[in-house]
Amino acid sequence: MTPLLLLLFVALAVTAVQIVRLDDLFSAAMLTGVFSLLSAGLFVLMDAVDVAFTEAAVGAGMTTILMLGALSVTSTRERQGKLQWRPFVVVLGVGAALVYATFDMPGFGDPAAPIHHHVGPEYLAGAEEHHIPNAVTMVLASYRGYDTLGETVVVFAAVVGVLLLLGERSLLMRLRRRATATAETNASRARDIA
Amino acid sequence: MPITKDQRDEWRTEDNLHAGGPKMSEGAEPLPMRGKLVLRGAVRLVVPFVFLFGLYVQFHGDYGPGGGFQAGVIFATGFILFGLIFGSQLSESVFPERWAERLLALGVLLYAAVGVFSLVAPGAQTFNFLDYNALGKNGQHYGIVLVELGVGLAVAAAMVRLYYAFADLSELSAPVEAAIDDATPLANAASRNKDSRSAE
Repeated sequence: MTPLLLLLFVALAVTAVQIVRLDDLFSAAMLTGVFSLLSAGLFVLMDAVDVAFTEAAVGAGMTTILMLGALSVTSTRERQGKLQWRPFVVVLGVGAALVYATFDMPGFGDPAAPIHHHVGPEYLAGAEEHHIPNAVTMVLASYRGYDTLGETVVVFAAVVGVLLLLGERSLLMRLRRRATATAETNASRARDIA
Repeated sequence: MPITKDQRDEWRTEDNLHAGGPKMSEGAEPLPMRGKLVLRGAVRLVVPFVFLFGLYVQFHGDYGPGGGFQAGVIFATGFILFGLIFGSQLSESVFPERWAERLLALGVLLYAAVGVFSLVAPGAQTFNFLDYNALGKNGQHYGIVLVELGVGLAVAAAMVRLYYAFADLSELSAPVEAAIDDATPLANAASRNKDSRSAE
């Protein structure tokens, strides 16, 4: 493990703990952006540039903005409550189980890992055959075209769902805006006529 | 030379502080970040490059890291950054809400249409859904570019539309119905004027 990787991991852990500890939700939302940026750095160090790109754009950019948008309609202070022991224990248990599961995984970059021997070589050969340098795009768009179509549909469905939840107020807002716009044009038209 | 207070106020009231957008009409709500010259200048400088980078990531996805999803998000952040500084209404005048909704559906449809085309294309040998070899000799390239374009459109539109939804929510402090009521008599008066004019 290189020192830089270790440093990023430590920073990631510190950020995560800080997010949990902070009462100020605004700072917590900004720290989730920092968290994503640190993970993006980790992904770059592990040669997963496409994942890093997505993490930086979505995690550090979009999600933070949507968090801030959500904060602007609610309180920016976390309500103080007692520590809930049962959920805390469940979270700790699940976390420990996940860490335990990683002991069973092949080493990072291990050439003998199963993932390098199933369909991987075929995908790489295909990318070479069709002269597509970025094998990740080839796999996502071509070999896994169904999955990516499904993901796009999920994005579509998610937005439709959010709009159905927020839609009524949003519609009112739009009506108000249209009314103001017509009022303005009408006023200027009235001035012209006068 | 330090700027005097009068000079600064003069600057702030100047319309070129938000150049490139429609003029503020009287009585309209003030734009956010109105006095923040550095922010406004920096955003105006950065946004075109954000879009350029988005296009690069979009169409260079099969040669370098990136692709439709990342490009869509980058493109959307350009609009959102602009909206955060200059007001979401101004960014909506560039990229209206309704377009976002249509582009969202169009992106998904474009992706699915490529699949259906490869299913029925005359040159196809396999007649498989999303088999880009049916698109010709360099079919894999065309297919990937088209499909990524669909993803990019859908994601960009989705993110922008979500941002508008939240921006709407946070702007809801002004009573909605009152504005509609305020607007209606004016509209009626104007239409009456128009009628009397056409009668002349």
